[in-house]
Amino acid sequence: MMSDLTKLKISEARDALRKGDVTSVELTDACLKAIDTADALGAFVHKTPELAMGQAKSADDRIKAGGAPDLCGIPLGIKDLFCTKGVPSQAASAILNGFKPEYESTVTSQLFDAGAVMLGKLNMDEFAMGSSNETSTYGNAINPWRRGNDATALTPGGSSGGSAAAVAADLCLAATGTDTGGSIRQPAAFTGITGIKPTYGRCSRWGIVAFASSLDQAGPMTKDVRDAAIMLEAMCGHDPKDSTSADLPVPNFEAMLTGDIRGKTIGIPREYRMDGMPDAIETLWSEGRCMLEDAGAAIKDISLPHTKYALPTYYVIAPAEASSNLARYDGVRYGHRAKLAQGDGITDMYEKTRAEGFGPEVQRRVMVGTYVLSAGFYDAYYNRARKVRTLIKRDFEDVFAQGVDAILTPATPSAAFELGKKHVDPVEMYLNDVFTVTVNLAGLPGISVPTGVDSNGLPLGLQLIGRPWEEGDLLNTAYALEQAAGFVAKPTQWW
Amino acid sequence: MSIDTETAARVAKLARIRVEPEALPALAQEFSNILGFIEQLNEVDVDGVEPMVSVTPMRLKRRTDGVTDGGMQDKILANAPDAREGFFAVPKVVE
Repeated sequence: MMSDLTKLKISEARDALRKGDVTSVELTDACLKAIDTADALGAFVHKTPELAMGQAKSADDRIKAGGAPDLCGIPLGIKDLFCTKGVPSQAASAILNGFKPEYESTVTSQLFDAGAVMLGKLNMDEFAMGSSNETSTYGNAINPWRRGNDATALTPGGSSGGSAAAVAADLCLAATGTDTGGSIRQPAAFTGITGIKPTYGRCSRWGIVAFASSLDQAGPMTKDVRDAAIMLEAMCGHDPKDSTSADLPVPNFEAMLTGDIRGKTIGIPREYRMDGMPDAIETLWSEGRCMLEDAGAAIKDISLPHTKYALPTYYVIAPAEASSNLARYDGVRYGHRAKLAQGDGITDMYEKTRAEGFGPEVQRRVMVGTYVLSAGFYDAYYNRARKVRTLIKRDFEDVFAQGVDAILTPATPSAAFELGKKHVDPVEMYLNDVFTVTVNLAGLPGISVPTGVDSNGLPLGLQLIGRPWEEGDLLNTAYALEQAAGFVAKPTQWW
Repeated sequence: MSIDTETAARVAKLARIRVEPEALPALAQEFSNILGFIEQLNEVDVDGVEPMVSVTPMRLKRRTDGVTDGGMQDKILANAPDAREGFFAVPKVVE
C-alpha cells in the first residue's frame, strides 16, 4: 500500500487506482482517518463514512471491470450548499436545521455517476454570504496555514472556507465549491490551492441552495490545475432542470493542457492596481506577468473602466436576488419553525422563524435586498445596478474584441487575515471580493492559481479571467502559470 | 442616504424578520453605511444603457407544457416542521 494517500492529486490517484497500486477503499479510509483527526479545522461538518465506504467498494468493482470514468473511486468533500439525498444539507444555516433533501443536486449526481466518493459535507458561510467562513451556524472553519510559528487562527476565506481548508489540509483529494462573488477563488488563494468558477451556465444550479441566481456557479477546488480540469469536466453539462444551464458540448479540458501559450495575449487591467495594496501582492502580480511573458504570451495593458463600481453593483444585485430566493424559508415546508406564543398568527410565525433561523449577515442582506427592490427605490438602486452591470460586462467584451485571450489580476487584496478581525464593518469585509466580483457580474470563467507566499509564508494566488465558454483555454493558461510558478509549499500540520 | 428607524422597521416588516425595537437604531445605521457604499453608483452615466436581464445571451430552452414529475406527497412533506393528514400545517390564518 502507498503512503500519504490523502496527499494524492486526483490525476495521481486515478492512475494508481488503475495500476492496482491502491484501492478506493484504502484511499477513502485514509481520508476518513485524516478527517477524524482534523476537527480543529472545522472543515467537515457532516461526515458520511458509511456512505463513503459503500461508494468506494462499488468504485473498486467498477475500476476492476475497466472503462471507469476518471473520477471513479476519488474521495471528495462536498460543500454544504449542495443538496445531497438523505444527508444533512443546510447551507450552514440554522434555518435548515434537520433538513435532509429527498433529492440529489445535478452536480453531485454527475459526480456520483462518475464514481466519485463523498466523504461528507463541508463548512461554509451561511447561505454562501461571507468572505471568511465566520457566518456559519457550525462555527468557523480554520485555515491550515499559519504565519510561521504564530498560532493565530486565520480564515480560510469564504464562502467555500471548509472546502478550501479540507483540500489544503489533505483531508480529501478535492472538493466542490460555489462562487457568487469570489467564493471559490478567494478561499483557494488563501489556502494555496486551485479553484475555478466556470462560465455562468456551465454547471447546473439545480439542487444547489440558491443565493443570487444570476451570479451563482459551482466549480471544483483542487490541488492543481490538472485536477481542476478533470473535475470540472465531470461537473459541467446541460441540465433540463436548470433553464440557464448551457446546451453546449463539454470539451475534454484535461486534453487541452499543453502548457503552450505562445501567441496568446494576456491583458493586465490598470484598474486592479488598488491604493494601499500590499507590496507582496504587487510583486506577485508583476512576477506572474513575467512568467506568462517568458512562456511566450504577449502582454497588453488594458483598461476595464467600470471596475470600481463592481462591488456596489454586486451589493445591490446579490442582496436583491437573495431576498427573493430566501423568501422560501418561512417555517412551513422544511427546516426550523419558531416556537409560537399563545395567539400568534401566521405572520408571527414567519417573522419569529426568520429572526431565529437567519444569522446577522443573512438578515442584513435580505433586508438590504428588500429595500432596494421596494416601491420607490427599485429604479434608483436595482435598475441602476443592472445598467452598471451591463457596462461592466461591456468593458470585458471590449478587451476581448481587442484580441485579449485572458486577463491576469491578483486573486485577493491580501493574504489570509485573522478570524474575528473584519466582523465589525460589513463593508470592509465586502472589499475582499474586489478582484473577483467583476467576473460573476460579467458571467465569465475565472481561476485562482497559487503562485507565491508572503513574508509570513502564507500562500498568495493570481487570478486569470477567460472568455465565455473557453474554460479549456483558460485552464491551459493557468497550467502554464502553474508550471512557471512551481508553487509546492504546504501547511505544516498542527491540528 | 440616511435611514431612520421607522424605515428600518418597515423594511424588517417587508422582509418578515422580527427585529426588536431596541435593535432598530443599530440596524438603521448599518443600512445607512451599506447604502452609502452603494450610492457610488450615482456617479455612473447610465443614459441609454439597457439594464442587464441575462448575463449570457441565450434563448431559454422551451419544452412541451406537460407534467414531468409528481406523485410524491410523502417526500414533499418529509421535511415539514408540522405535517398533518397530507398537508402542511400552519397557525390559524382566518379567525
